[in-house]
Amino acid sequence: MSVAARAAALIAAFLVVVGVGFFVSVYYIGAATTQLPIVHYSASGGQVNVVLQEDPQNDSATKPDWVSYYTQDPASKQWLHTTLFSVPAGTKVNVTIYGFDGCTPLRNNYFSQVQGTMGGTVTVSQFDQNGKEYVTDDTTSVINSWSDCNVGHTFAIPAMGIYVPVASPNAKLSANNLCSSSPCTTSGNPYAQETFSFMAPSQGGTYRWQCLVPCGGGYLDGNGGPMQTLGFMMGEMDVVS
Amino acid sequence: MATTENPETPENPETPENPAAAGAQSDARHAWRLFAIWFVLALAADLVIWFVWKPHLPPGDMSSSARHQQFDIGVLAVTGAPVFIAVVLYFLYAIVVFRARPGDDGDGEPIYGNVKVQASWIIGTSAIVLFLAVFGTIELVGPAGAGAGEGPSPIWSLAGKQTTSWSPGTNDILEVQVIGQQWVWTYRYPQFGGMESSELYLPVNTPVAFHVTSLDVIHSFWAYQLGVKADANPGVDNVAYTTAKALGGFTVRCSELCGIWHGAMFNEGQVVSPTAFQSWASGVQAKEQSDGVLAALPAYALTYDPTVVPQLGKNIVTIDGITGAAGYYYGPGNPVTP
Repeated sequence: MSVAARAAALIAAFLVVVGVGFFVSVYYIGAATTQLPIVHYSASGGQVNVVLQEDPQNDSATKPDWVSYYTQDPASKQWLHTTLFSVPAGTKVNVTIYGFDGCTPLRNNYFSQVQGTMGGTVTVSQFDQNGKEYVTDDTTSVINSWSDCNVGHTFAIPAMGIYVPVASPNAKLSANNLCSSSPCTTSGNPYAQETFSFMAPSQGGTYRWQCLVPCGGGYLDGNGGPMQTLGFMMGEMDVVS
Repeated sequence: MATTENPETPENPETPENPAAAGAQSDARHAWRLFAIWFVLALAADLVIWFVWKPHLPPGDMSSSARHQQFDIGVLAVTGAPVFIAVVLYFLYAIVVFRARPGDDGDGEPIYGNVKVQASWIIGTSAIVLFLAVFGTIELVGPAGAGAGEGPSPIWSLAGKQTTSWSPGTNDILEVQVIGQQWVWTYRYPQFGGMESSELYLPVNTPVAFHVTSLDVIHSFWAYQLGVKADANPGVDNVAYTTAKALGGFTVRCSELCGIWHGAMFNEGQVVSPTAFQSWASGVQAKEQSDGVLAALPAYALTYDPTVVPQLGKNIVTIDGITGAAGYYYGPGNPVTP
């Protein structure tokens, strides 16, 4: 083989390697960043109603056993497997979270305390799988995850000082009959319904939110996997000015 | 800068009869010229560094440790600038003055050492290094570790009384426990019933002992404007000291890569008057008492085992069987640490 042919082969091989690397990078980066839909909530009367649920599993093809949040589209009422949503700046944000996952003790039980919501409280109702309501509109500032294990996950926006323990179905009364198909429905599954409100910042920006319960099963310290992946137990709230 | 290497100029009457004397005279002239230039530049640089630059050096002067760090960086800069200028000046001088002239194809003079130059260099650099060693030691001991974590058994501590309660107007050390977890900081105040807060409040002109620990991976507590930085290791009580000297806000960051939200692991702290601090701390304590938060917290300890729930008295990895729900707790051993 001549020198020119060898050089051409070398250059061709180099370009192939670079091209494959570029494709793989774009493929994975694209997969990680562009596939999640953003749910846009519009204000009505100075308020928006954000509706979320957290499930023991999810309906993704690749990570079906990860715990996950879902976000409800306000128009279609469909549950979308995303943790990205937007709210208008300066509005009152009313959040409803349906907790379908079982209880898990917080690593730091300080986060059993509700912080950053209007009034510093949340209102909780709990239902069993037969639809029986055994806790009705309990307004509380603490949901103790250690003494009675009624916390499934948390909804925290640290930059706004918002830390909300999300109630789980009552552990003893639910007796392991947790929802097993996501997105979960309130019919036939034990769940907790929790509501609270906070004021969106008056200026636009992106605020990350996360769960503080170490619920990334199979990962070091329970903080890998769904805890570090958008669309599962962490997300972003866009405040649109 | 004139060049004077031309053997035919009157200032350099080098002759074939006495080349050594002529060379020595030329060397002395270069040395004095270099010294004069260096002295002016070094003096100007040191004055600028000390009076213009130092007051703006990080981390500022908000605390005793920050002030010492600013002073230390100023001293190091003032010490280092003349050395830096000497090296660069000689480098440039040699390029300009000792460069080969057109048509000069000869070799350079063979040089076999110069006792004065070598001795001056060794003595000078040794003196600087020894000075910095002594200076650094003094500056580490004086401000009680200079704001750095000293581990669980600190060698140096701030002057002040260790007490189980704290009140303004005393010289009692305020104990603050800093707890890191992915990806938030919280703070416990054992002298206020062990109350915990996501806000860091400190009283001005009060010695503070930070007890830094972690509930999961390694973090690093960095109160930037206070000049305090201490690693937060799980199962370790890392102690750091400072005294806030000015009112105002400061930023707390994590300075140890700890996961995907490491960059967002920060919050703001406040230095307030001692009476305002006591009012705030007592208020939080009373609220947490009435809300049941204090009862929900584990007893104050220097470190915590996150796999144990004290209220249940059980290891929480087995709690699933107790509650009957499908919750799990993923402790540090899940999976086994690689």
